[in-house]
Amino acid sequence: MHPAPSLIAFSTLSGLGLGLLAFLGLGLAPTAGWTGFVFFALAFGMTGAGLLSSLLHLGHPERAPKAFSQWRTSWLSREAWVAMAALGVMGIYALLALLGLRISPLGWLGAALCLAVVFCTAMIYAQLKTVPRWHGPVTPLLFVGYAVTGGALLSGRVWPAALLLGIMAVAQFLAWRRGDRALSDSGTTIGTATGLGPRGRVRLFEPPHSGGNYLTKEMVFRVARKHAQKLRSLVLVFAFAVPVVALLMPFGHLSAGIAVLSHVLGMLGQRWLFFAEAEHVVGLYYGKGANAA
Amino acid sequence: MTALPEATTRKLGLVIDLDTCVGCHACVTACKGWNTENHGAPLGDADAYGAAPVGAFLNRIHSFEVQPDAGAAQTVHFPKSCLHCEDAPCVTVCPTGASYKRVEDGIVLVNETDCIGCGLCAWACPYGAREMDPLEGVMKKCTLCVDRIYNEELPEVDRVPACVRTCPAGARHFGDLGDPDSDVSKLVEARGGMDLMPEQGTKPVNKYLPPRARDQIDVLAPFLERVDEGPKGFLGWLDRALERL
Repeated sequence: MHPAPSLIAFSTLSGLGLGLLAFLGLGLAPTAGWTGFVFFALAFGMTGAGLLSSLLHLGHPERAPKAFSQWRTSWLSREAWVAMAALGVMGIYALLALLGLRISPLGWLGAALCLAVVFCTAMIYAQLKTVPRWHGPVTPLLFVGYAVTGGALLSGRVWPAALLLGIMAVAQFLAWRRGDRALSDSGTTIGTATGLGPRGRVRLFEPPHSGGNYLTKEMVFRVARKHAQKLRSLVLVFAFAVPVVALLMPFGHLSAGIAVLSHVLGMLGQRWLFFAEAEHVVGLYYGKGANAA
Repeated sequence: MTALPEATTRKLGLVIDLDTCVGCHACVTACKGWNTENHGAPLGDADAYGAAPVGAFLNRIHSFEVQPDAGAAQTVHFPKSCLHCEDAPCVTVCPTGASYKRVEDGIVLVNETDCIGCGLCAWACPYGAREMDPLEGVMKKCTLCVDRIYNEELPEVDRVPACVRTCPAGARHFGDLGDPDSDVSKLVEARGGMDLMPEQGTKPVNKYLPPRARDQIDVLAPFLERVDEGPKGFLGWLDRALERL
């Protein structure tokens, strides 16, 4: 799939912002005074910037309000509703908390809604049978896991953050390994795509046209395998290893800053790979199979 | 509404004969022409006369080669457009309700004034049947020429999708696949019509007729009476007269 910068920015920033909001809602980060104000501003800023960048992905952003109408069937529509609810509840909670009145149940509700937004975002990808690498519970587990980890890191919970980073590094490694087999395990091949499989080995003889099209740009995008391995290693270093080492150093603004910046950089790489490595089954019609580079 | 109907009254769709298709792309051109000049936003082209033209098409012809375990490889021209699936995943993912499946005939359509161009329906389609218009920013897809098939301004012979009307090989057939007595249903029955990617669970309405086996010539063929008996009448006389010269 095409790794659109707007989608990478959206899912990275909103994931981290919503994770931090969840920690603020649970009262696991300072919510009062100037410190509280900075934390809330950071969390709302990241979430808001993420949601706005997702609008850039649309062909007609001015019609975005229509996206609230189909919550019965569409995860994208559910995401829109839950995001508004999360921002609304957390907005009220933040305002009252900064004025000195922290209502815990309201914060718990807000925290649950924040993680629900991340879950809805993940389900947009996880529901797609057409992208075997994304399809299944692994995508929501990773997304929510990353949001909680980001929240712990941004709110300065040193030991929980270090532990979660370790767990997520292993989870991510396993998810990549599963993902590499997902297309061939899905059973969809050029043989089932054309219905010609039982007759022999099928290969693309001629594409429909010599140039590209929307489908090949959007869905048949493939990152070279060689680079994928290097990028995965860089993600493991920046998203997990550097932050853990920084957290284990004497705690201060510098080490916390390094941990956060490195994690954000690593997460941008993780999300780039999430899109770039995902194989859409339509690629089979364009000669891109499970074993094609 | 993006909830799929429980059942549709009819299941209009196409039957595509992979045995007969010659890969001429006439249906692609007819489709682009009709759907650019008629219903909805025109099918746009970006950089149409430049170095890298990219345009929206609702129908594209791939060509595949099948290599059996023994014998010669076979080329199969493979037209592909929206299959108007019964369990259309493109419809349920739409956040705005722009995508819908009609109860009366099962056609999957996009209401272009509601489409926000998020592209999720194109991601959800395993067949690559939906393409974003590069100029309008809305999703385009095969309408089964909904503005032809019910159009009483057109002569009756033209009230079929443009691709079916234009196909010089007779490889495309249009009809109600929900009616077991329709011509298209009988054709599917007789020729073993198949679904594309059945494991994706989309239950496509359009069916594909597999190519017939090649190179099966009866061993007694050389002993059969000749069918071509040469020219008759004036041309026959001329032929014989010139032969004698």
